Amino acid sequence: METRQLQADQLRFAVIGSVDDGKSTLIGRLFYDTHSLVQDQIESLRTEKNSSELNLAHLTDGLKDEREQGITIDVAYRFFSTEKRKFIVVDCPGHIEYTRNMVTGVSHCNAAVILIDATRGIRTQTKRHAFITSLMGVKHLVVCVNKIDLVSDKEKVFEDIKNNFTTFMSQLSIPDVTFIPMSALNGDNVVEKSERISWYKGTSLLQHLENLFLVTDDNHKDCRFPVQRVIRANGASKEPFRGYAGSVESGVFKKGDEVLLLPSQFKTHISEIFQYQNTVEEAFTPMSVVMTLEGDFELSRGDMIVKQNNPPQIAKELDLMVCWLNQKAFNQETRFILKHTTKETQAYVEEVLYKLNIETLKKEEEVRSVEMNDIVRLKVQCAEPLFVDKYKTNKNTGALIFIDSKTNETVGAGFVL
Amino acid sequence: MLNSPYTLDYLTALESESIHILREAASVFSKSCLLFSGGKDSIVMSHLAYRAFWPAKIPFSFLHIDTGHNFDETIAFRDYLVGELQVNLIVASVEESIKRGDVIEESGVNASRNSLQSITLMTAIRENAFDCCFGGGRRDEEKARAKERVFSHRDAFGQWKPKNQRPELWKLLNGNKKFGENFRVFPLSNWTELDIWNYIAKEKIEVPSLYYAHKRDVFQRDGSLYAAHECVKRLDDEFVEKREVRFRTIGDITCTSAVESSADNIEKVINELKHSSHSERGFRMDDKRSDSALEDRKRQGYF
Repeated sequence: METRQLQADQLRFAVIGSVDDGKSTLIGRLFYDTHSLVQDQIESLRTEKNSSELNLAHLTDGLKDEREQGITIDVAYRFFSTEKRKFIVVDCPGHIEYTRNMVTGVSHCNAAVILIDATRGIRTQTKRHAFITSLMGVKHLVVCVNKIDLVSDKEKVFEDIKNNFTTFMSQLSIPDVTFIPMSALNGDNVVEKSERISWYKGTSLLQHLENLFLVTDDNHKDCRFPVQRVIRANGASKEPFRGYAGSVESGVFKKGDEVLLLPSQFKTHISEIFQYQNTVEEAFTPMSVVMTLEGDFELSRGDMIVKQNNPPQIAKELDLMVCWLNQKAFNQETRFILKHTTKETQAYVEEVLYKLNIETLKKEEEVRSVEMNDIVRLKVQCAEPLFVDKYKTNKNTGALIFIDSKTNETVGAGFVL
Repeated sequence: MLNSPYTLDYLTALESESIHILREAASVFSKSCLLFSGGKDSIVMSHLAYRAFWPAKIPFSFLHIDTGHNFDETIAFRDYLVGELQVNLIVASVEESIKRGDVIEESGVNASRNSLQSITLMTAIRENAFDCCFGGGRRDEEKARAKERVFSHRDAFGQWKPKNQRPELWKLLNGNKKFGENFRVFPLSNWTELDIWNYIAKEKIEVPSLYYAHKRDVFQRDGSLYAAHECVKRLDDEFVEKREVRFRTIGDITCTSAVESSADNIEKVINELKHSSHSERGFRMDDKRSDSALEDRKRQGYF
């Protein structure tokens, strides 16, 4: 077995854009030109049986149900790998329900690829896409200026788009933005660097993604271990086993560390950290482990093990940016369940502070109703305190979802401010 | 490539994600079961379940939907594994569903009990009051799976409805439900076929011998090789011959085809997969019935 394959790290990236921008063609190209499609898949892409012409966009075709009902199930996950990296492509449809799709898809990614049609330039939707990418805290953005083969003054068109977009991006907070001129249809600058676009000195999209030096999203500073489950077992001879299972959301926990238990505020030490049958000296995100503690404490699902020197905020009243994902209107009487790490609590919206116009990035303070795809700032009251951090510094403990307590649907995505 | 000393290799990261999902589901649902088919995915899932709850025992039963058309090796392996893991095994039989008249057996040359499994599964879910069934489905398998949720909502009729699926953000899985509804939970969503084999190799997990090259009586149909067995009807011009084959997926005998192969150990299997010109589901007759065969079965309550 090649050890290189085992060591290769994984990049999950979102591709954002609508059908018109050539998103499906781009994804088809990435798979075809990296030889990630096998014979039976290639056969299904032929425009006609035995034809040599392939419709690459067909690879991302919707399900029968979507075609019949004219709906889009939000996000599709596709896989390919090269010698350098394993990739999960998170395919976010950009048209109807765009914000909802994007927020969902991008929440699983460390990079995003946005498509701009060179013949049409920057459109409102491009700005929305960039804004949401920034809101979600994605650090790497690639802007593909597609259909470059269809414009006459190629270099000027590309530079104009780049300059205009850079001006807009200065209001956002994505540290790494790269522009690539491209023709997904012809395969120029998708996998291989194109000879035809000789004036462009950068790399192809794939080369860029393969070599992206990831600014890790993982927070290794603030120790947060939400208890997912208490594990009890009776040993034959020894004392009964009582351990706390969960995933390390941030920080590094070491055997013997002094820890603080929330909400009880008791202090104790970590006896052992188990990664299944093995004991480990330290645990960090995203490891799933079981911790045992010195002494007996009441600690159950939804509680959190942290460190005293930098505990999270313990809050019943939350200040949130929220992307609303549902059509149903709500008011102060509407009861939601907030799910944050492994804890759920009842909550209601006390105040809608403003709605953000994502085209102009201006605040609109008179909000009559919150609708699907709106980005709003809310003041929320919870029945029980949550142990939160700012989303900007800790995604895992700064993110939460709103669940409608009547329908059980997931209706909002919240970011702690 | 990451600028931090605290990184996991990708198989450990995938394992960690799956363990998180298994623990989460076992904690939010009241009665779970693991759908055990005897195939490599459900074997890896069993292994992960063992790890997720250790040193406690796996806190749910295994459920096998038995079409009655199994390879002997699959059943022997199932019974061995269940014994090793000390879990309770429930066998729900398609044969019983046919006897009761809940379903009608297909006839003809390509007859299979594969799609009948959905009814047997739903009966088992109802009788045992399961509200969560762990399945070994992976998103890389097929386009109907590419859009599957980790927590996949099913209504009281067991149906998967695209419109009912909830947006899944970050690691925050929503398992809230109404009475009678249930969830299929897919801990292996983000694994690929190659990841599964690399993990089996890394962890030295045992799998049924069917996955490795062996000599077997087979016959050809539509360019594929099928095991010669009493439950598969052969046409007059379909002759049985002995060949060296292995299976890439293991399901019901009637719909699982073999490949000619000399890959008799895990390294060879992995190497063969890297150079394969066909997808895994290309060996499943049940998916070849139509372009949306898997999607259609899912809507009828399939795994």
